[in-house]
Amino acid sequence: MTAAIPQGNRRTQELALPAFTLWWREIVRFYRQRARVVGVIASPVLFWIVIGSGFGKSFTSDSGTSQHYLDYFYPGALIMIVLFTSIFTMMSVIEDRKEGFLLSVLVAPVSRSAIVLGKVLGGTTLAAIQGLVFLVFAPFVGIHLGFSVFLLSALVVLLVSFALTALGFAIAWPMDSTQAFHAIINLFLIPLWLLSGALFPLSSASSWLRLLMQINPLTYGVEALRSVLYPASRGEFSLVASMATLVLFSLVMFGAAFVMVNRRSTKPAA
Amino acid sequence: MNGVSFDVRPAELFGLLGPNGSGKTTLFRILSTLMVPVAGRAIILGHDPAQDPDELRREIGVVFQAQSIDLKLTAAENLMHQGHLYGLRGTVLKRRIAEILGRVGLAERARDKAETFSGGMQRRLELAKGLLHGPKVLLLDEPTTGLDPGARRDLWQYLRILREEEQVTILVTTHLMEEAERCDRLVILNEGRVVALGTPAELKQEIGGDVIVMETKDPERLAGRIRTQFGVDTQVLETQVRIEKEHGHRFVMDLVQSFPGEIDSVSIAKPSLEDVFIRRTGHRFWTEEAKESFERKDTKR
Repeated sequence: MTAAIPQGNRRTQELALPAFTLWWREIVRFYRQRARVVGVIASPVLFWIVIGSGFGKSFTSDSGTSQHYLDYFYPGALIMIVLFTSIFTMMSVIEDRKEGFLLSVLVAPVSRSAIVLGKVLGGTTLAAIQGLVFLVFAPFVGIHLGFSVFLLSALVVLLVSFALTALGFAIAWPMDSTQAFHAIINLFLIPLWLLSGALFPLSSASSWLRLLMQINPLTYGVEALRSVLYPASRGEFSLVASMATLVLFSLVMFGAAFVMVNRRSTKPAA
Repeated sequence: MNGVSFDVRPAELFGLLGPNGSGKTTLFRILSTLMVPVAGRAIILGHDPAQDPDELRREIGVVFQAQSIDLKLTAAENLMHQGHLYGLRGTVLKRRIAEILGRVGLAERARDKAETFSGGMQRRLELAKGLLHGPKVLLLDEPTTGLDPGARRDLWQYLRILREEEQVTILVTTHLMEEAERCDRLVILNEGRVVALGTPAELKQEIGGDVIVMETKDPERLAGRIRTQFGVDTQVLETQVRIEKEHGHRFVMDLVQSFPGEIDSVSIAKPSLEDVFIRRTGHRFWTEEAKESFERKDTKR
């Protein structure tokens, strides 16, 4: 019973095909779990309406514009949804490890990069879909969603999803419990989001807070999205600068995930 | 682990028997390329799992104790996924999946999600996963964990067929004596050392005759008296005295008559692998210590 393994391109064999199949599994698993599908649609709506309208009363923008807070909050809410989804999809890394699924991938002739690529792209896809679902509400805040605006927004959402999923992967990889993952993630998530310009603009922050916000890579995601959706608003950074920072952020995070996965040791791999 | 060394012959059904904590799983992880040994080396089909994991991974199939199939996927999808990991695709892969599902008796359920399968079927799907790419060597870690006796028997029967018809070399770890009996040859591990190596028959042969086990209140004293009176070797295990003796049934009569009232119960049996283990290590297969370390490991995971 010899199975003829096609002696094709080795790179395809060890990288592209395994990465594809890992990605495919993430997607199949997602739509087979109905609760997750419902969550994708329902949570963005709930979030934006509840938080946005709640804050609206107590918030006045000092930029002097009469922009309603729900409008200001829209890009930030979108990024928040993407943030949570991307990082939490990578909880599956821990589950895979616990269930033994990961073991069977680790003993397969698959390069470790394929594992990162497949899992991260899977999470990215799911997070980006959720972000794009939320984009449907754009017309309600008076955004004209033209083709180019949609395309640019999608690009920002994709980049942010990719970077954050890779971050989630790097954190999840060495962990053996989802509780520990939650604990660490909460440490990251809330400050990352609070200081991203999602809730209040950089211009209204004190100087040290401003510095923190400028260091926070997520700020550039929110800024980029805001300047795509509201071309009239004067952004803190140019769209090109924000995008470049996002690309850099993505690469660094992917590199971090890659380094984590390639550690081979005398300790059990899984 | 210390000084563990053995050879497995091609197309052999080779067992690694040992209590929990004996080093089976560590050894298994080293062989399956999951772990790099601190010292020493293993060679499978000319590849060292520590030096050359990629080449080796192509040629071995691994079935873990833990469940590695995805319950949300169907049987065929699980194998499709596995095939892609091994560089198989297209019609070659489709044909191969149909063939292997037929072999493990899951052809009818190919389109059903694995979560609807019984424990035995899920194990068979695990096996199909390990065999999909046609490995020459198959490594199995406690493959019958959680299976009922019937499913357990089926699995072992299937392993034998595989060995005979496909010439696959099979290395299987187990902590069950009756499974170890079914291997062609086996090593018995204890606390990271090899305590015995050979065919089950060979190992049992080294115990001449029968095994007599006596329950008594003061085993040390009884053992001492048996030694002086009959000149046979005795072994004390908790409340038991053990003797290995040819024509044990006659000897039992002598014993019972010589020490009236001191022996609570006596049993006589043909030697088992457990007797081999006790002879070599001086303690039972399931010691308290091993149980504890197993529980520790359990809580940690």
